[in-house]
Amino acid sequence: MSTSSVDALATRLRTELGPGAVVTDEAARRTYECDGLTHYRAIPELVVLPDSAEEVQAVVRGCREYGLPFVARGSGTGLSGGALPVAGGVLIVTSRLRRILELDLRNGRAVVEPGVANLAISQAVAEAGWYYAPDPSSQLVCSIGGNVAENSGGAHCVKYGFTVHHVTGLEVCTSDGELVWLGARKSARSVGYDLVGVFVGSEGTLGIATKVAVRLLRRPEAVTTILAAFRTVADAGAATSAIIAAGLTPAAAEIMDALAIQAAEKAVNCHYPAGAGAVLIVELDGSAVEVAEEEAAVRELCAQSGSFELRVAADAAERAEIWKGRKSAFAAVGRISPQYIVQDGVIPRTALAEVLAEISALADRAGIRVANVFHAGDGNLHPLVLYDERVPGEHAAAEEVSGAILDLCVSRGGSITGEHGVGVDKAAKLPRMFTADDLDTMQLVRCAFDPAGRANPGKVFPTPRLCGEAPRHRSAGDAVEQAAQRAGIEAW
Amino acid sequence: MVKTVQPSSAAEVAEVLRDASAAGQTVVPRGAGTKFDWGDAPSTVDLVLDLRELRGLAEHAPADLVATVGAGTPLADLQAALAGAGQRLSVEVGSTAATVGGMLATGEGGPLRVRHGTGRDLLIGVEFVRADGVIAHSGGRVVKNVAGYDVGKLLCGSYGTLGVITSATFRLHPLPAARVWVCRTVQTPQDIHSLVGALLESTVEPTAVEVDLPALGPGTLAVLIEGTAGGVTKRAKSCRELLAGDVSTADTAPPWWNTYPFEPGDVALELVAPVDALHAAVYALHDAAGAAVPVRGSAGAGVVYATLPGSMPAGPVAAIVDAVRSVLLARDGSCVVLSVPPAMRGAVDLWGPVPGLDLMRRVKEQFDPARTLSPGRFVGGI
Repeated sequence: MSTSSVDALATRLRTELGPGAVVTDEAARRTYECDGLTHYRAIPELVVLPDSAEEVQAVVRGCREYGLPFVARGSGTGLSGGALPVAGGVLIVTSRLRRILELDLRNGRAVVEPGVANLAISQAVAEAGWYYAPDPSSQLVCSIGGNVAENSGGAHCVKYGFTVHHVTGLEVCTSDGELVWLGARKSARSVGYDLVGVFVGSEGTLGIATKVAVRLLRRPEAVTTILAAFRTVADAGAATSAIIAAGLTPAAAEIMDALAIQAAEKAVNCHYPAGAGAVLIVELDGSAVEVAEEEAAVRELCAQSGSFELRVAADAAERAEIWKGRKSAFAAVGRISPQYIVQDGVIPRTALAEVLAEISALADRAGIRVANVFHAGDGNLHPLVLYDERVPGEHAAAEEVSGAILDLCVSRGGSITGEHGVGVDKAAKLPRMFTADDLDTMQLVRCAFDPAGRANPGKVFPTPRLCGEAPRHRSAGDAVEQAAQRAGIEAW
Repeated sequence: MVKTVQPSSAAEVAEVLRDASAAGQTVVPRGAGTKFDWGDAPSTVDLVLDLRELRGLAEHAPADLVATVGAGTPLADLQAALAGAGQRLSVEVGSTAATVGGMLATGEGGPLRVRHGTGRDLLIGVEFVRADGVIAHSGGRVVKNVAGYDVGKLLCGSYGTLGVITSATFRLHPLPAARVWVCRTVQTPQDIHSLVGALLESTVEPTAVEVDLPALGPGTLAVLIEGTAGGVTKRAKSCRELLAGDVSTADTAPPWWNTYPFEPGDVALELVAPVDALHAAVYALHDAAGAAVPVRGSAGAGVVYATLPGSMPAGPVAAIVDAVRSVLLARDGSCVVLSVPPAMRGAVDLWGPVPGLDLMRRVKEQFDPARTLSPGRFVGGI
């Protein structure tokens, strides 16, 4: 692709979308050079801020005509480099697409634009007693379009499921520049293949969601948040297992280890029990009677597993106090380490104690510290691998430990990512979980949606599949492939 | 002549499909055959791939609430095995003899969909064989996992046109400690509409909200409430108060629960509508049919089934379906004809408008370019 085609596209989009929607200034473009995974950087050749689905369509059509790859970006909070721009390509930012188009509580549904923040949906219906369930930690700012791309989870997905369980329909701009509705706005489902099911979590590689229909839930009658302190992470893990084994389905079950607690104390003074080697936060919700019954059961199971102190939030303020430490944990680690890697892996819940012991051994061998914060209810680990880049060799050692943790997850039958996505960061790791045939098969979907590979090239899959004969796309395909290769070289 | 093969492993399924696609033969997968008459008749069938030998619980990790099962396993067998550990797969389907693979491939759901969705929502990993005989997987064995595309979702409800499911891994739930059905007599779709609206606004948290509206006489709205003993007692009480009228409570399901209103040989309809518009669809159906038509299903999820006599000529059936579709289309609903008697095949459009059909064709073209698998059975002749 040449600079001249980008210039031509920029000129055209200035006319079509207005000058304010097109960013060509290098300093301005640089602000979009990375997402939440900051060590991958690439400056997009052109940044466009469309204000409607039709404007997204205009940009994507332009990309098709000029053979340019495009990457969609919401709020840029992603942690796997999914919104990393392609150098030489176009970045489509959805931040102006912030309208809540429809709230229909009688059908428990909202239709929103992709730039709407996750929490804004819940806020819009809070007064009426409804909410949107998936709650990634970044929910205050992360966009629903980004959630769709990543199939985002959150602390409460152990009970309520992920984005894919709460999105019933999408308007999508395909890489051909067609706007098409998939799935249902208000119904349980639509006729034909479940294209919504495969689009959610495709990390921007199948097109751009321009409208999102989400399911809303009634706020539960009662919520109880329990904080239990244990001497060891193994005890906290055992308590979690006991809770699940007892047939309880907590709305959330989160564990922080000693190092994570230490960081959180430094950052936000969360006043967790002194001497805790681990804390377990259990949230229960539902009818008041059930929550009370379950709370009694959780208290007893925690005590049996060695909990030495247990607090129950009496009101919303106390609940927020308990969550404060957990929610700040990732950022708080910055207080105890100049740099750190946020890892995201999944193991069967029952392997928790064993895997944590092995992570600790890995860290010791490498002379690296690892703080653990995790969604214990579903076995989703977030080890925070700490390092100081001024110490020679420490960054490399941290990367090695971080990678070894993923290998550990896979060896236990788990996953290399539970909610942060593959993006650019873990594409090379995907073959640890899937065979070449599996990956080839997944890319058949890519070939159906985006045969020229213009949508977010270089992400998810380590090796792009050639999509057979598609003469009308060939010249564009070549340019895109080169871009994908470049992105690959820079990233890995 | 149609030949039936009964492979006993994914590798054997792969071999069958490799040979069939090389020989240009067409293949229709089947499980128990409970829905073999659903969808359009395939344009050609050389081989029927009977998957019932792919049965058994390959793995059940009770403490992880996860199980992997062969696609040919009867759902009832799976549930019985899981119940031994106090767990269940949170689906019930009207075709009670169905296999797990058949349930997934047809996207069949049942009463529990209000709370738990359908098989699609509980499936966390899948093994399947492509039309060209390649064995592939997506997902995994852990409940939370976003690695790679979720091809399993695409296979759910694809009527065997994209691949042959050989094994499925599910997220499980503990069996509820207590369950109770609160039933209320209802007279009209409008009754149901008001009651369901109130229920979904409430904090009753039903697991299922089913309706049975026979052609003659009053109908029943049945609300399933599950949870702890104390919680169920309390929520059932608020449910009774909310429903008022002629209400009864039972610890067993009403006899029509989780059954279809149609039998083999009938015209079987599935109406999907926003919960708030379901009554409009039912009224439209009654108006177009010129009589009350039996309706049964998940009023709480906006998915109900209806039946027309198989003896009705194709013309009037098509006219009724069209009339219902025109009402539903404006309300984001759909009316699928699940099955018609053999004589009516080809004379009624089973699917109606299909949003995204062009993309669906492209998906089919990628997965099965030679149209080996169930050609013509699905939407748009896919």
